[in-house]
Amino acid sequence: MSGDNLQEIRKLIARKNVWDRIFAAIGLLSMLVGIVTLLALIIDLCSDGLPRLSWQFLTSFPSYKPEQAGILSAWVGTTLVMLLTAIAAIPLGVAAAIYLEEYAQKNWIADLIEINVTNLAGVPSIIYGLLALGLFVYKLNLGESIMAAGLTLALLILPIVIVTTRESIRAIPNIIREAAYALGASKWQMIWDHVLPYSIGGIMTGVIVGLSRAIGETAPIITIGALTFIAFLPDSPIKNEFPYISFSWLMSPFTVMPIQMFNWVSSPEPEFQVNAAAAGIVLILMTLAMNSLAIYLRYRFRKNIKW
Amino acid sequence: MVVNKLKFKLNRLTLVGVMAIVATTIGVSVSSVKSQSPALIKIDGSSTVYPISAAVAEEFQRARRNAIRVTVGISGTGGGFKKFCRGETDISNASRPILAEELQACRAAGVQFIELPVAYDALTVVVNPQNNWATNMTVPELKKMWEPTAQGSITKWNQVRQGWPDAPLKLFGAGADSGTFDYFTEAIVGKSKSSRGDYTASEDDNVLVQGVSRDRNALGYFGYAYYEANKARLKAVAINGVLPSRQAVENGSYKPLSRPIFIYVNAKSAQRNEVRDFVNFYISNAPRLVPVVRYVPLPAQVYRIATSHFQNRKLGTVFAGDAPVGLTIQQLLQREASQ
Repeated sequence: MSGDNLQEIRKLIARKNVWDRIFAAIGLLSMLVGIVTLLALIIDLCSDGLPRLSWQFLTSFPSYKPEQAGILSAWVGTTLVMLLTAIAAIPLGVAAAIYLEEYAQKNWIADLIEINVTNLAGVPSIIYGLLALGLFVYKLNLGESIMAAGLTLALLILPIVIVTTRESIRAIPNIIREAAYALGASKWQMIWDHVLPYSIGGIMTGVIVGLSRAIGETAPIITIGALTFIAFLPDSPIKNEFPYISFSWLMSPFTVMPIQMFNWVSSPEPEFQVNAAAAGIVLILMTLAMNSLAIYLRYRFRKNIKW
Repeated sequence: MVVNKLKFKLNRLTLVGVMAIVATTIGVSVSSVKSQSPALIKIDGSSTVYPISAAVAEEFQRARRNAIRVTVGISGTGGGFKKFCRGETDISNASRPILAEELQACRAAGVQFIELPVAYDALTVVVNPQNNWATNMTVPELKKMWEPTAQGSITKWNQVRQGWPDAPLKLFGAGADSGTFDYFTEAIVGKSKSSRGDYTASEDDNVLVQGVSRDRNALGYFGYAYYEANKARLKAVAINGVLPSRQAVENGSYKPLSRPIFIYVNAKSAQRNEVRDFVNFYISNAPRLVPVVRYVPLPAQVYRIATSHFQNRKLGTVFAGDAPVGLTIQQLLQREASQ
């Protein structure tokens, strides 16, 4: 009786083990689909574009001669726009999330806001472009400037930053808050000294996801009127006369990497396709650089946390 | 603890300080922005004219040692005119003459302009190099292939002309939002935007090039520049016995698929020195730069007339709001000269 039983149990375990392995295999396969596709794309891009990458390519303006063309105005434009996006979106998004999590009363208005923020994260980017065209370009009279583009992309990634920040604030155990209160901390001290530092990892992840989305966006930027041919850089932020710092670059016309790439991809000469591939590599490197900065910051912040 | 607090206070103090500095510098510098930036010429409009304007802009900035800045955008002919008639741009690129409703918008906003033809474009009908039957086609045959009633019924090559193979007909053409689509349908079908819908449509001409070059039974149409850059992979079809070429466009025999392309200069902007300088540079360098970006330059006589139009500030359009089909250079010349 007991021997039978044991055998049955063994059989059962063996069967479950098989299922376990099958599931692991399916999981591995699903992961490989994504990674292999990505690798294939990147390898293809590199084989097309790597030979074209050079110092000259990074320091030249676009040109109708493929071998003289470069991406100087595009990568400078992308960098400045992303900088502005980060400056605008991160403080606003984090502050909004703190308010919603720590201060706002839980009632139907809070629910309504929550639903709306989550939905906003899924709104197509062209809609943000149209909103920005009406609001920033015409109403606020910012024109087709770096400022307008940075604010547009900030709006675009704001929901992402808010949602992920809220998630990571929510993940902090309540005992931490209570311990801070018990030691006489005010609400603001509790948030600034405990909640924020502990949740910085999650916040950074949200920022990475948001900025990575923003750097590749073309639709809203085209809508607000980014240019295709531009052979000069925005004014330098540093001047040699008082007040030494200039913000006129904020109002400068600009172009960004995805637009430059799109323009080259759709031009008749095959040489320009090579340029587009090389620009693609630079765009990927820029995204990676941005992400590794965020990952490094996250690592630094985490190291200082000792619970 | 004390140290911590001190550090925190210090942090806060520096934060406030930095913010104060930033605020004052913004305040001081924003007011001086407009007076300091160098002269800027804004161009926008058609993607067909874009390569010419961008090439001229590049050469112009080099020639003037970057003292004058030129930007070129791509909003399409229609989108470009919208901005132009609001006075947002100095020059508008256009792959067709200005339309009646656009004229009205410009007039309502008080925007006057000078119309200057800059080059010719030849829409090219192409087939696969392995296609050995369709070397020459007539406009009625093309119409039979592309008109809306052909949808679903004309699906084989032998339905277009007897004697052609009993092979499926695979069509590639411009997307419905492009000026090329408007012009082709107007010239071939007889009514703008009237086309069969069951073909591979793309705004990106390279997609069409790929499609036709990979399929023996394919036929497509797009701008001459894309054919010339991909000659090895494609074969042009003669229209009424005439193959597209610079000569055929110049002597007016490539009809009705050749069309003039224009720039429109805002008359108020044209009073500015840098804009006048740029437009003169544009016209005098067009004969050299237009072939480089694979378009057909106009005869010297037309450029001379354009120069005099610009110098005499001849306002308005010679097309009176309609877009004629198959206008040859000679006819364009007559229109330009008669007024």
